[in-house]
Amino acid sequence: MRLPFKITFWKALFVLIMIAGLYSTYVRFFKGLGAATNLSDQFPWGLWVGFDCLCGIMLAAGGFTLMATVHVFNLEKFKSVARPALVTAFFGYLLEIAAVMFDLGRPYRIWHPLVMWNPRSPMFIVGWCVMLYTAIMAVEFAPTVFERLRMEKPLKIIRAIQAPLVILGVIVSVVHQSALGMFYVLVPNKLHPLWYTSLLPVLFFISSVAAGIAMTIFESTMSSRHFNHSLEKPIVVALGRVLTIALIVYGVVRIQDLFRHGAWRYAISTSYEATMFWVEMALTLIIPITLLCFRRVREQPLALYGVSILTVSGFIVNRLNVAVTGMEWSVGARYVPKWMEVSVTLMMISIGIVLFTYAVKYLPIFHHEKPVTA
Amino acid sequence: MPKAILYDATLCIACLECERGCAKQNKLPYDDAVSAEKLISAHKYTYIAVQPGEKYMRRSCMHCQDPTCVSACPVGALQKTKTGAVTYDESKCMGCRYCMLACPFGVPKYEWTKVLPGVRKCILCNDRVAAGLQTACAEACPTGATFFGERDDLLAEARKRIRESRGAYINHIYGENEVGGTTVLMLSSIPFEKFGLPRLGTQALPNLTGNIIEHIPDVATVGLALLGGIWWITNRRDIVAAAEKKEEE
Repeated sequence: MRLPFKITFWKALFVLIMIAGLYSTYVRFFKGLGAATNLSDQFPWGLWVGFDCLCGIMLAAGGFTLMATVHVFNLEKFKSVARPALVTAFFGYLLEIAAVMFDLGRPYRIWHPLVMWNPRSPMFIVGWCVMLYTAIMAVEFAPTVFERLRMEKPLKIIRAIQAPLVILGVIVSVVHQSALGMFYVLVPNKLHPLWYTSLLPVLFFISSVAAGIAMTIFESTMSSRHFNHSLEKPIVVALGRVLTIALIVYGVVRIQDLFRHGAWRYAISTSYEATMFWVEMALTLIIPITLLCFRRVREQPLALYGVSILTVSGFIVNRLNVAVTGMEWSVGARYVPKWMEVSVTLMMISIGIVLFTYAVKYLPIFHHEKPVTA
Repeated sequence: MPKAILYDATLCIACLECERGCAKQNKLPYDDAVSAEKLISAHKYTYIAVQPGEKYMRRSCMHCQDPTCVSACPVGALQKTKTGAVTYDESKCMGCRYCMLACPFGVPKYEWTKVLPGVRKCILCNDRVAAGLQTACAEACPTGATFFGERDDLLAEARKRIRESRGAYINHIYGENEVGGTTVLMLSSIPFEKFGLPRLGTQALPNLTGNIIEHIPDVATVGLALLGGIWWITNRRDIVAAAEKKEEE
């Protein structure tokens, strides 16, 4: 018997994840947060905030970084990676909103910050940033669809407002990325000193730029392999150079801040927090910067691909250290996500990959159509 | 005038009448099992902590003067009233639970088992106080360990007790200055940390984020000007380059 489609390992895995994820979705919405998660009064924010929200938004930072590079700084050579980065960011934000719907106790009230204001709240700021930037990205993304449909008129309109739109998007993003760090500025006696600092907003912003660029290197290399389009070496090398600078800036701010707080003494110990701190430091700073010292690494796209994987995982560890490791310290208890929480997160990632795959297949994301002559 | 509660641990006999009074006022279940629970939860807003040597400490919402939870709540579901209470409007709450993360005392609790949950905490018997009554816990207390009154009066009273007792208390009114001062003031003969009360500075925590949020308009304006300027320059350069090319032809 011949099936109308090929069963591959990845397809099978996707189906399994979706089944588990949908079951967890049912439990979450019909039995409540208590049944679906290991969250508790002691630990009210877990994987869905730590990974889906904090890491999701961080990894979307390639969008505003590259859109600014191309449309504000007019560095045309990055054009071929700007659109994939924007698409990643757009889908990332959409999935983050979906994840927030899982995490909110009353998801149908997600619009409340629009009319019920408290501008003193970092959460209020974040809510507005998510909504504004998603709307902005929807317009930035629209040309991709219009080009495919050969709709010239709306394309012209968007081209006309593109620069101001991108600038607005950059500013909202900067505020958004920093505001996520600001969440934890409010808890000086709860977050472990290795992560607590009033500079968290600055650190979150700089690291999002580094992680966003690493993510762009990662995803354009991945997709150039899978979708058989060429990725020009100079672009990857140039991205690698920007990544190096971002990592060094991040490293300087992070390390001087640790000294300023006297937090180093917590790092020199065998505690669980210190171990996690060193894992984070190794992946975000020590190994990538050491590797980037070698010219052969800096000029070899495949090596840069490796460095970008390290950096992305490093900053994921950083966000989880802030949200989980550093908070466990004051609670005095461990939080391990329930399998249902993990399955929802995996479902979100899988949907993201599938969405991206289809977008690449049906929309001019890597191969721009000829620009409309003005 | 803001109201306050003075809890004097040396007068407390752990009869748990405050717990019972609180449960009754808030229509919460109270039986032997609940009375044995030594923690604040969605169904228990106050409890008496016990340390060896018959040392007691009543825990509940501290009703901070500048509450961290109120500043954290994105929709303003938590509010500080004129009487001093930190109240909660469930119809606004979207369940982000930032208040739970933010509270330095770990007071707001969540109804994890409900499909449509809300935050639960002591609201300083807001209806009773607005009607000129004292809180249910203060009314229930047979020894005066929990005493309700004006904050200024109670602070003076607390100072007087420390001064006159000659060493029966540790020289610290917990809540006088913690995180900018709280509505619940506490006296004890042993250190407050023994009961799990955090050692806190005198700065109100909302200032930490407030100082940053203040700068967002500046960041936005400077960013707009900077990026706009850069774009104008790069764009202009392209236009000039294109024009020059045309001339050459």
